[in-house]
Amino acid sequence: MSSNPNENILTGERFGAAAKKTNNILGDRIFRVVLTACGALILIIVAAMIAVMTQSSWLSIQKFGFGFLTGQTWDPIKGEFGALPFIYGTIVSAVLALLIATPISVGVAIFLVEQAPKSLARPMAFLVELLAAIPSVVYGLWAIFVLAPLLRVYVQPFLQQTLGFLPFFKGTANGIGMMSGGIILAIMITPIITAVVRDVLEAVPVTQREAALALGATRWETTKIVLANANSGIAGAIVLGLGRAIGETMAITMIIGNRPEISASLFDPGYTIASVIANEFTEATGELYLSALIEMGLILFLVTFIVNGLAKLLILSVSRQTAQSQ
Amino acid sequence: MTTLTAACAFGVIAVLIFVLGYIAFQGISSLSWQFLVQTPKPVGEGGGIGNAIVGSLILLGLASCVGIPLGIIIGTYLAEMGDGWFGTIVRFVADTMIGIPSIVFGVFVYAVVVLQQGYFSTLAGALSLALIMIPIVTRTTEEMVRLVPKSMREGALALGAPQWRVTKDIVIPAAMTGIATGAMLAVARVLGETAPLLFTAFGSRFYNIYLDEPMASMTVQIYNYAISPFEEWHAKAWAATLVLVTLILFINIIVRFLTRRKY
Amino acid sequence: MSKISVSDLNFFYGKAQALHDISIDIPEREVVAFIGPSGCGKSTFLRTLNRMNDTIPIARVEGKVMIDGKDVYEPNTDVASLRRKVGMVFQKSNPFPKSIFENVAYGIRINGIHKNRADLYERVEKALNDAALLGEVKDRMNTSAFGLSGGQQQRLCIARALAVQPEVILMDEPASALDPIATQKIEELIVELKKQYTIAIVTHNMQQAARVSDRTAFFMLGKLVEVNPTQKMFTNPDEKLTEDYITGRFG
Repeated sequence: MSSNPNENILTGERFGAAAKKTNNILGDRIFRVVLTACGALILIIVAAMIAVMTQSSWLSIQKFGFGFLTGQTWDPIKGEFGALPFIYGTIVSAVLALLIATPISVGVAIFLVEQAPKSLARPMAFLVELLAAIPSVVYGLWAIFVLAPLLRVYVQPFLQQTLGFLPFFKGTANGIGMMSGGIILAIMITPIITAVVRDVLEAVPVTQREAALALGATRWETTKIVLANANSGIAGAIVLGLGRAIGETMAITMIIGNRPEISASLFDPGYTIASVIANEFTEATGELYLSALIEMGLILFLVTFIVNGLAKLLILSVSRQTAQSQ
Repeated sequence: MTTLTAACAFGVIAVLIFVLGYIAFQGISSLSWQFLVQTPKPVGEGGGIGNAIVGSLILLGLASCVGIPLGIIIGTYLAEMGDGWFGTIVRFVADTMIGIPSIVFGVFVYAVVVLQQGYFSTLAGALSLALIMIPIVTRTTEEMVRLVPKSMREGALALGAPQWRVTKDIVIPAAMTGIATGAMLAVARVLGETAPLLFTAFGSRFYNIYLDEPMASMTVQIYNYAISPFEEWHAKAWAATLVLVTLILFINIIVRFLTRRKY
Repeated sequence: MSKISVSDLNFFYGKAQALHDISIDIPEREVVAFIGPSGCGKSTFLRTLNRMNDTIPIARVEGKVMIDGKDVYEPNTDVASLRRKVGMVFQKSNPFPKSIFENVAYGIRINGIHKNRADLYERVEKALNDAALLGEVKDRMNTSAFGLSGGQQQRLCIARALAVQPEVILMDEPASALDPIATQKIEELIVELKKQYTIAIVTHNMQQAARVSDRTAFFMLGKLVEVNPTQKMFTNPDEKLTEDYITGRFG
């Protein structure tokens, strides 16, 4: 342990130590630059996606302008492309999915976080998450051969008999259509909404619950207070689910019917933005046709990017609130 | 109210069991050794998904080679030095990227690669899958690296280790199990991807190992079988689905087992 | 000459000042103990000596910390080399997720101290021996360090610190998480190590300070109240405040 009298480690005035010091500082600097550059890669990818898709769809953007969003005709032969039926189909199927999935997901999350015993909640939570692991194309297959026949034979005739006066439930019950699409999307986004709502509920501080219980609130009243606290987080979860529903491709392509029509009836077939890309991309012969499809991709990208960003901000605002109150 | 919420929970799980049970029930009857090794054949002549299984593995392997290391590096960046404004932007964009529909990555790769080269290729398919993997791996890596206790980093710093060695020698190995499970989840996720492959890797009826040629995949094969009008092919779709879903659930359960302590 | 000489040290977490005008000299090959109520700044002070507080972005230091006559806060200081020279043992044992051997070898490797593989082995064994751990782990050097008991883990961390040939060892409540027997081993070890190293130890346990240290410094509310030889400190302190603390009137 006898320290070398010539050695002064602090300033590196030891034989060879000056080089070592430079190495350390240089190493840290290179490390930082490389890692930061890789981080920047994410931004570059996203920027490149916007740039490339804008450029590739420029023909269509130039020709149709904003009319692309309001045009109702989709005719590759005449070279006329309007996205409205697809936008309509996307919105209606997604909203339908949210209407079904939101209450169920919130219910599942409340049960798992607030009510179920831990030993039951854990495996159940895992099973619910497994729903998200099943590929979209598998849901599509299942929807074609199981869900659609079920709807056609049992559900839709029943709806027609009881609520047939509503415009949503008119027309022929054939299983394949907007309603099946909405239901299959609902199944697919339920685990996603559930997971976020669970996180949000778990983030509500225990003190909140205890305060409510101490005031003599019942368990359900306490849950309501917890829910009120988690409001914007649940909103974030719903928006996140919306983003997923808008972007879902395979399952909905296989079940929604793929007809670019705007119809009030949920029994009728529809078409979504993602579906038209999946279906027609490899068949797009003309330059304008391809350009219009890529513009669809660009719209899908921008919409989901904004929707997801919004969801993230909403969810973040909750964790920030709870962080402050703790 | 508990009855209602419990009904929701058990109902959702019932759907899961229904879906999985139906796949098992329908798929098992068409499953055979020939099915697992043969290439697709015209209706009535049998055929299988051998080339699609190999294709999926090749696509997945290539995508993992790019997506997993990049995701780990970016995740490490976010955890170790990502608290500034730049890191915050990268994190936000990466998180948002997770929610971008996979088909959009397909469109992007089509425009960048396929359109330029003039043909569908394995590389294009793998690239689109890699782009999907990057933000997923990034996200889990950041979480796992952040879990490494500060005391462990300080222990290494106190020995005179420079920051980069602390990260490389101590932090990453300590977080490795978590990072690996995150990577496996990303693999499971893209194993089930169909949409981005439709017009990048496209599909193929043959065994193929060339990266500049179209490549078959299980998911695209399932899709093609499913939307066909033939009963025989529908049966094949179910059998292929059984194989695919078994693989994916297997990965998920392994991951669950590895991360059990976390819950 | 003192090994460590601190003058007019002020330390800030953002706007809050955690240390006020600390001045203290620590002679070579002595054990100095820092005592005081929790939150008094004794750990913060210890961490200024090897610039461990650099990892906190909002931390700021004023004043001088001279080690061997060089100010460690000079801009051209190589912090990594400083920390090699001024080793540290933490409150909670923090072995790396590696084998016992690799835990001790790590510091030797990164600093490139060993000449060859045999030398590396020798150094690891010596460090483990100096930390009074070799006998217990000789047969399982390649097993995970997490398999050791708490006291063994802490001695492993001491061995790890010794392996890089430091001159000063900082110990931040090294025995606070240990049972009495493990604590006693650590204390014996400190007395043994004093022959070769300068040691600064933070402890909340006054008996421990009395047992192991040559000199004791009493901190309160971020100020250094008194430094004196341990003997004097515990029998006849200069300050009334010190006496009150030592006799248990507060704290």
